[in-house]
Amino acid sequence: MNSLIPLFVIVPLGSAFLMAILGRFIKGFGKFLTSFGLLFLTGLSLYFIFNSQGTLVYKVGGFEASAGIPVAIYMVIDGLSKLLLLIIALIGFLSAFYSISYTKQYTAERKFYILFCLMIAGMNGIVISGDIFNMYVFLEIAAIASYALVAFGVEKEQLEASFKYQVLGGVASLLILMSIGFIYWQTGTLNIADISTQLPTSGAFIKFVSILFIVGFGLKAAIFPFHSWLPDAHSSAPSPISAMLSGVLIKAIGIYVIFRLFFNMFPISYEIAMTITILGTLSMLIGVLLAIGQWDVKRLLAYHSISQMGYVILGVGIGMVVLSKGGDKTIAAFSILGGLYHLINHSAFKALLFLNAGAVEYRTGTRNLKRLGGISQKMPVTSATSFGAAMAISGIPPFNGFFSKLIIIIAAVQAKFYLLAFFAVFVSIVTLASFLKVQKYTFSGKLKPAWEKIKEVPFSMAFSMIILAGLCLVLSLLVIPGIRDIVLKPAVDVLLNTIQYTTTVLGK
Amino acid sequence: MIVYILCFILFIVGLYGVVTKRNLIKIIIGLAIMEYSVNLFLILIGYVNNGTAPILPVPDALKNKPFVDPLPQAMILTAIVIGLATTALLLSIAIRLYRKYGTFDIRKINSLKG
Repeated sequence: MNSLIPLFVIVPLGSAFLMAILGRFIKGFGKFLTSFGLLFLTGLSLYFIFNSQGTLVYKVGGFEASAGIPVAIYMVIDGLSKLLLLIIALIGFLSAFYSISYTKQYTAERKFYILFCLMIAGMNGIVISGDIFNMYVFLEIAAIASYALVAFGVEKEQLEASFKYQVLGGVASLLILMSIGFIYWQTGTLNIADISTQLPTSGAFIKFVSILFIVGFGLKAAIFPFHSWLPDAHSSAPSPISAMLSGVLIKAIGIYVIFRLFFNMFPISYEIAMTITILGTLSMLIGVLLAIGQWDVKRLLAYHSISQMGYVILGVGIGMVVLSKGGDKTIAAFSILGGLYHLINHSAFKALLFLNAGAVEYRTGTRNLKRLGGISQKMPVTSATSFGAAMAISGIPPFNGFFSKLIIIIAAVQAKFYLLAFFAVFVSIVTLASFLKVQKYTFSGKLKPAWEKIKEVPFSMAFSMIILAGLCLVLSLLVIPGIRDIVLKPAVDVLLNTIQYTTTVLGK
Repeated sequence: MIVYILCFILFIVGLYGVVTKRNLIKIIIGLAIMEYSVNLFLILIGYVNNGTAPILPVPDALKNKPFVDPLPQAMILTAIVIGLATTALLLSIAIRLYRKYGTFDIRKINSLKG
């Protein structure tokens, strides 16, 4: 089973290569290959979740460790990676299927799918890489593909958003590369598991490098105060790409790496844990407060991404604080579970909301809430799925968002962070208000005369939206202990038993 | 030690350019300077005074001499290629921006707000 691990990078990278060569001659080759490849990856990641236990390691080139020092590039799959791989493949497949109809408006469809596959390859690479420099290389593959995809429409807004995104993303990449240099200087190795055995347990060096990493990956993940590029980039990109960026990319190249490095590589310290928790709380509050005044649907959704990512960081951050103080491990586990659960849920409902916004824009040509109105009569599928997603993100039962937010709030109360629990409830209420606004101005009310002639979106777009709306309901089942133990518990254990990653990867 | 300080100053110069300049091309140059300083920093990590090239099998003339660390050099080659890709993409976007707006001034390129 270990030899199947590289397929997660090979399949999307190979499809991108084939599309570049063969797509010129065969019509519709890119659409077919992207959807099919991502469906295959979804199946493969489900197979890994249900059939494999513990940590799997693949050594590229077959070089074994010599004298206890890892030589080869390590690819590692554990509970947390499996979860991320499933999200990437599933949301990627649905976005690619949605794109089949959506990209008809562009002239260079083939290049769209090539960049799409490269982005998937980069994200999968980051998630399975056990090596900090390879993580940087895959991060750049994913990031460069996403810069190009944001500018895909080559209109004024897209180009400007892409330029901003590239400059900030470039600075973030350089900070990350510099901190990798510092790590190598101190430890003489690049393997994450090996680094964690070599690093000093405390001191100024650890703090300095931690801050560099938080700034670098915080810029990639758009945590407050590094969020300024996100509303521009995520609202200007084509809608399936917005769904990928908000639903998957900021998690895979930002949040996931922060969790992996600060739990499994650096020794857990109280100061860093508090910094991460406070940044999460601030992005949760500021994101939602900036969102409520927006009139551009996609811009509003992009600000909500910042806010919802704040929930994820808050949940996992509280767990980290409890762990660093040597507190009750069950509270820490519960809190981390809430954070990771919200991460999965967010990718489902935020992808759906962006696809809905794309469907509305596809038929009406506008994203301005003031110009829309009453189109639920004309687009019943879009309207119904959008209602489900809005209820999920605002935390209304029985949708998935309710349960994950509830877990985070209960965990915050148990850990005696009453203020943070209050903020989490407050942000949830403001989120509900702002989504009621979206529903009211877009779908309900009287049909404006300009939209008399519009009709429902084509099959491929409707199919993706219905599946995602179903997921918003089905994912609620993850609170049931039996299912939770299979899917979420391995991921929580990876973060909870911080040393275990090192020992299993190094085989000691 | 002085080399590291100079390298850090180079990084700050690049960051200054990115933060304060109004011209798109100058911002790109600032990013490029930052990138060179980081590459230089990585090379300096692997450098050993009076070191020789790391060759296997070791020739007789180089026996018992210190050698430089080859891994940062391999890393730098990758980083340079990535830097090339980002710079090329940035420049092509800047050219498209110039065609749309007729200016390189970042204050006049402001259709996104809020």
